[in-house]
Amino acid sequence: MWKTLRQIARVGIATENPPPPDESLRTAHALSEEVLKVLGRALCIRHVDAGSCNGCELEIHALNNPIYNLEGLGIRFVASPRHADMLLVSGPVSRNMEVALRRTYEATPHPKLVVALGDCGCTGGIFGTGYATCGAVSQVIPVDVAVPGCPPTPTRILQGILTALTQCGNRSSDLSTASSKAGHAR
Amino acid sequence: MPLRTWWGAARELAGAPRARLLAVAPESWREVMQDATAGGAPLLALWAGNGAPHQRAVCAALMGDAGVLVIWLPVGDGGEYPGIQDLYPAANRMQRAAADLTGIRSSDPDRRPWLRHSAWPADARPLGSPSMPPPVSPPPIDDYAFVRVLGEGVHEVAVGPVHAGTIEPGHFRFSVVGEKVLRLEERLGYAHKGIERRFSELGLLEGHRLAARVSGDSAVAFSWAYCQALEGMAGHDLPARAALLRALALELERCANHLGDLGAIGNDAGFAFGLAQFSRLKEHLLRATLQAFGQRYLLDFIVPGGTRVDLDARGAAALDEAMALLSREVPRLRDIYDEHAGLRDRFAEAGTVTLDLAVRLGLTGLAGRASGQAFDLRVDHPWPPYAGLSVKKCVQSAGDVLARVTVRFDEVRESIRLVRRILSDLDPGAHVIPIPDPDPGVFGVGLVEGWRGPVFVALEAGEGGRVRRCHPHDPSWQNWPVLEHAIIGNIVPDFPLINKSFNLSYSGQDL
Repeated sequence: MWKTLRQIARVGIATENPPPPDESLRTAHALSEEVLKVLGRALCIRHVDAGSCNGCELEIHALNNPIYNLEGLGIRFVASPRHADMLLVSGPVSRNMEVALRRTYEATPHPKLVVALGDCGCTGGIFGTGYATCGAVSQVIPVDVAVPGCPPTPTRILQGILTALTQCGNRSSDLSTASSKAGHAR
Repeated sequence: MPLRTWWGAARELAGAPRARLLAVAPESWREVMQDATAGGAPLLALWAGNGAPHQRAVCAALMGDAGVLVIWLPVGDGGEYPGIQDLYPAANRMQRAAADLTGIRSSDPDRRPWLRHSAWPADARPLGSPSMPPPVSPPPIDDYAFVRVLGEGVHEVAVGPVHAGTIEPGHFRFSVVGEKVLRLEERLGYAHKGIERRFSELGLLEGHRLAARVSGDSAVAFSWAYCQALEGMAGHDLPARAALLRALALELERCANHLGDLGAIGNDAGFAFGLAQFSRLKEHLLRATLQAFGQRYLLDFIVPGGTRVDLDARGAAALDEAMALLSREVPRLRDIYDEHAGLRDRFAEAGTVTLDLAVRLGLTGLAGRASGQAFDLRVDHPWPPYAGLSVKKCVQSAGDVLARVTVRFDEVRESIRLVRRILSDLDPGAHVIPIPDPDPGVFGVGLVEGWRGPVFVALEAGEGGRVRRCHPHDPSWQNWPVLEHAIIGNIVPDFPLINKSFNLSYSGQDL
């Protein structure tokens, strides 16, 4: 126990500041103010791997490390789509996952956001569209924000998530909410 | 007769060192396999479709004492080949996958589809036919014939394909009494992206990019195995510096994955401190990798003929610094894991695979070494530059979660040593020399010890610099079926922990 406490004290707080949202990632209209009022305080994300190579998953995992500290921003991953405000979908959508993805989307309560992740989630990537893949996530369910990259860095993923949460043209207020919350958590 | 005799009759194969190809007649196919099992030679891979254009054939790669022996058996139209599931249980799913993709079937009784769910009809041939029937969206729901367990108090727990955490898609069907697992049956294939068909739409000199994305966590291993086959086929010798840089990348990949797993395994046993600490160390390592090679994960680092970028002094310093951090902090955390009574209680005797079971089922790679299967390609079948690096093999015998954790700790230490050694060994020189297209019809194999186990690639050149056929093989094919045995008698809540201690690839086997 002593060694554990000593290691915690030795490392201290490793968390860095979050990046600003990036409007260029947006693919759909921004959310209405009422929706943001509900979601902007805390966000629950359900991740769906719809057929990815698992590269994007590695970077999603990184978001939860103490350096990006997603939970410190009031954002957390949840175990069921029924608890989620946002679906974070990686991969070209394989045809074997098409039904599961549609059902997950239907199981997510309104209002819901979808962030498509990675080159594959945005366009189908190197796998393209074929007998086994539907290609981009937007071929199967509506997408609000698409984050390219192979895999996208945790900073880019975080930007995508924050962009989806931010009202178009009014980005500063919501980000400051997120940042002040993070500051509070620290 | 011993496998050596068959080896003597086989011809040299390009790519991996000491690899040979043996064409056999139908009556010899099982004979070779029997001799191989008798000699304890593991099955590396089984696939269908390599050979002359329109030639239907099934292939198997065996890891013999002398080297890699690829057995090639032509199969007539509509004909079957003799199944080898009784000799190599892991062949079951590989045979079924081959049938789904090519229509080339084994004579074994399990004829359930494996990669094909319902997205394409049973008589369509994703490999070898120029076009596929137009897909139906959404595909109909299919009814897979799970093996049912009957008896008083037995019920089923169905999990997936969408899981509760950030995990790849797959379905697990548990038959349980109370909390105790009587039987687990996996159903995979959800991440099937048609990778093998996609390969044949690419040029030989661009296939490495797709190979790196067979399983993103093993990008270096797959792209290296692909390029090893390709470079052998083109008769190209890899520059010494390029070989060392690739080994550096492979050890960084091993280190990063092991660090991630050590944290996640601790977390699955309720020790969130472990996840926080190891994921922080992993992040530092990834940032050093970014400084050194311009990417956090090296999906585009290995290219035909060498590496995409060279390592400069600044990058080397960043890696050196990361190694100093890891060699300082990992032993501290290991101490904490070792002394934590709660962790040891969860780790010890959970998900045990005995040596006997490991041998019979063909458990391979890291998980195999944790069950006393003392095999590591870097030591036992080294390819350049590993013969000169004198890698230390890390082996445990208990075969439980604790043993798999211990092997990871030992391998992290060894990888840190290797990275430092390579950094000091690097001589100036070319990091890449462009290679020509191999001739059409040339066949080669690549074999690399990835962090999870042996990664194998069979590659065949087509006309005009195209890939005719490429089969990438992840060791998860061998280890997934063993997980079904490892969980028997354990409780359902221990499954995430046991599963994580194997950390197998879904995408890598779904292809």
